[in-house]
Amino acid sequence: MINKVVVGPEEAIKDIKDGDTLMLGGFGLCGIPENCIAALVKKGVKQLTCISNNAGVDDFGIGLMLQTRQVKKMISSYVGENAEFERQLLSGELEVELIPQGTLATRCLAAGYGMPAVFTPAGVGTEVAEGKEVRNFNGKDYLMEYAFEADFALVKAWKGDTAGNLIFRSTSRNFNPVMAMAGKVTIAEVEELVEAGALDPDQIHTPGVYVHRIFQGKAYEKRIEQRTVISKLAD
Amino acid sequence: MLDKNGIAKRIAKEIKDGYYVNLGIGIPTLVANYIPTGINVVLQSENGLLGMGPFPFEGEEDPDLINAGKQTITTLAGSSIFDSAMSFGMIRAQKIDLTILGAMEVSENGDIANWKIPGKMVKGMGGAMDLVASAKNIIVAMQHVNKAGESKLLPSCTLPLTGVRCIKKIVTELAVLDVLPEGGFKLIERAPGVSVDFISNATSGKLYADDDVPEMLLD
Repeated sequence: MINKVVVGPEEAIKDIKDGDTLMLGGFGLCGIPENCIAALVKKGVKQLTCISNNAGVDDFGIGLMLQTRQVKKMISSYVGENAEFERQLLSGELEVELIPQGTLATRCLAAGYGMPAVFTPAGVGTEVAEGKEVRNFNGKDYLMEYAFEADFALVKAWKGDTAGNLIFRSTSRNFNPVMAMAGKVTIAEVEELVEAGALDPDQIHTPGVYVHRIFQGKAYEKRIEQRTVISKLAD
Repeated sequence: MLDKNGIAKRIAKEIKDGYYVNLGIGIPTLVANYIPTGINVVLQSENGLLGMGPFPFEGEEDPDLINAGKQTITTLAGSSIFDSAMSFGMIRAQKIDLTILGAMEVSENGDIANWKIPGKMVKGMGGAMDLVASAKNIIVAMQHVNKAGESKLLPSCTLPLTGVRCIKKIVTELAVLDVLPEGGFKLIERAPGVSVDFISNATSGKLYADDDVPEMLLD
């Protein structure tokens, strides 16, 4: 079996360079590649274009790369939770392209499935449609949206094996599997790295063919954005 | 006149046994508290979950298990988890029976604006454009007028659009209204104690009302 293991995040991201386009998995702070983000901050690569559903919060996630001015452009569906992001956007330091969430996911999927473009009704008749080809199928209009091209995809999984096969846990799956499929080079960080053969092939979410480098991450914080609970005292 | 919970309560009556439902943020989230007992409904969260359960007990929250509002939640017996592409795939393929979401403006031809105010920090459309472009049944939950006292039910939207000709029903603190296929708002029900004239004055788009418009039944 081909071995995809690298020792850690620094080695995994060693050839990411200024100006590259990166995909980063996660929804909010759930399922984000924490170790890769820390390594990118340490490495200090700049002028990055980041494709990610959100842009983190001020002191975590992609927010850390905004603090260090490493991001030139964000391509996201929702970016609300970040004051530094807002400051850079309003001052013109940061470019932002907002696209519908399903379009974001599907443009990743298209890349991973080898399809140059897809048709979606999301955004028809809105400013999202400006400059895009519209096609009518069975009486309904659709926008043509191109597959993403990303130099690297950085994803976070729960378990992975040395062959690069990945299993995600709960809703931390989100964008991770489709981004894993879409990167020219895909780097997976996992909470638990096991030998090939230790995972049941029937349970694999992302086949190792899509994953080029894998390592076991450390010290996951897994921050919660909105801690909503029911008090046990209520009963 | 209804409060937010009243609006949620009235919308919950539109939910039928066997429905898969996507609830947006704000008043729509409250609808989950009023789903009629004795029916089976599955809530979708577009970050990749069918079968959204209540908030966890204190100490049992799981950072890997959140809803689209990034709140910690739980799963239920029969829940399923999937990736974001499949989540919007089932929305696009109209497997979700009902979408309930908030709005800043709705026009009399069913256009909706709910994601952007020019001149203000724009956070993004999230999944709203995908939902309104594909859902077969969309109910808007919103206040009838904005904070400046201006009607949010308009001849045409003034804010950047989220979707066109997609809204079928609106529930506000004053009324239940259908958007007619040929254009215009049809007054279906009045909130308790609210007159047709009052609703008419709060509606800037074309309003059609029968001679006798019933009051909402909330319980």
